Amino acid sequence: MAMSEALPNATPTKAKSGAAKAPARWQDFLLLLKPRVMSLVVFTGLTGLVCAGRWVHPFLAGIAILCIAVGAGASGALNMWYDADIDSKMRRTRGRPVPAGRVQGADALALGVVLSLFSVMLMGMALNWLAAGLLAFTIVFYAVVYTIWLKRWTAQNIVIGGLAGALPPVIGWAAASGSAPFNAWLLCAIIFMWTPPHFWALSLYTSEDYKKAGVPMMPLVAGPASTRKQILIYSLFFTPLCLTPCLTGLGGPLYLAVAAFGGLVFLLLAIRLYLSKAGDAGAQRNDDGLYDVRAGAKAARNLFAFSILYLTLLFAMLLVEHLMGIKPLELLR
Amino acid sequence: MSDPARESDDEAKARRGRNIALALGLVLFVVLVFVVTIVRLGASVTKQPF
Repeated sequence: MAMSEALPNATPTKAKSGAAKAPARWQDFLLLLKPRVMSLVVFTGLTGLVCAGRWVHPFLAGIAILCIAVGAGASGALNMWYDADIDSKMRRTRGRPVPAGRVQGADALALGVVLSLFSVMLMGMALNWLAAGLLAFTIVFYAVVYTIWLKRWTAQNIVIGGLAGALPPVIGWAAASGSAPFNAWLLCAIIFMWTPPHFWALSLYTSEDYKKAGVPMMPLVAGPASTRKQILIYSLFFTPLCLTPCLTGLGGPLYLAVAAFGGLVFLLLAIRLYLSKAGDAGAQRNDDGLYDVRAGAKAARNLFAFSILYLTLLFAMLLVEHLMGIKPLELLR
Repeated sequence: MSDPARESDDEAKARRGRNIALALGLVLFVVLVFVVTIVRLGASVTKQPF
C-alpha cells in the first residue's frame, strides 16, 4: 500500500464543526443521506432478498429494504460530516450541505448516529439479528474504516472500502433467510471486484479534484499508466467471476447471456483504456459535467459509464429470473 | 441555535419545514413499529397449538 507523500495533507478540521451560514431546509438533511447511492444499495439489497428464495411477509421485506436504505443514508451523513473539509476543496462536492454551510457538522453527525441506531435496531427487531449485525458492520466499515482511516491514507482506499458497498445483497439475503450462504457472498464478491475498475476509471479523469483535496487516489499515487494496468488486471478477474453464479445455482440463462456478452464488452473497454492515454496530462475532465471529458480520457469515461450499466443489468437479470421463476443453471452439478 | 424571536422569515420558514419533516418522521416510526409488532405477533399467534 502506498502512502501519498506528494499530496497536500487532508486534515480533518474546520468544516466539520463550522457554524451553518444559511438556514437548513429539510431537503438539505435529505441530501446528507446521498439519495443516489441509496438507490443503488436498495437495488442490490433487494436482489439479495429476492434471490434468497424464502417467503417473507411483504411488509417485513419492505422494512428490510427501508433499513438497508436508511443505514446507507446514515453512512452517507457520517461521511459528509467527517469529509466536509475535503469536500469543500472539490468542485464535485463543494455544494454539499455541510461544506456549503447550510447544515452544521454536528447536526450531520447526530443525524448519522441516530439513523444508524434506528436502522440496525429496527432490522434486528423486525427481521433477524444476523441481518442487523451485517448492517451495523457495513455502516461502521464505511464510516470508520473507509471514511476516517483508508480514504486519506492509502491508494487502496476504494479497494478495501468497496466491501461496504458490496455487502447490501448479503444483508438482504440474511434478512430473508436468516443465513448468509455462499451465493450471497458471491454477489458481494462481484460488487467488490467491480469497484476498483469502476472508481479508478472515474478517477483517471477527475484526479485533479482529488489532488486539490489531498486524497491519495491511485492515478495520483501510482500514476495513470499503472492505474490503467491495474484496471485491466481487475477486469480480467472480474468478468469471469460474473459467470460463476451460473455454476452455483444462482444465475439462469438470461443472466448467463448478459454476463457473457457484457463481460466481453467490459474487457474490450478495459483493454482500450489500457492502450489509451487516459489520465495523462491533458486528458482531464472539462468543467461541464461528469461525462464531458477531453479526447484522451474518453476510454476511461466509456468504461466508467459501461461499468454502471453492466452491474445494473447483472443484478436486474437475477431479479427478473427469480421473480419470474426461471430456473437457475447449475453447471457444476 | 438561532433565537426564534430574532429569526428572519427565511429562517422561520426553514425551521417550520424541518419541524414538520421531523414530526412526520416520528409518526412514521411509530406506525412502522406498531405494524411490525402486529405482523410478528400475528405470525406467532397463528403458530400456537390451541
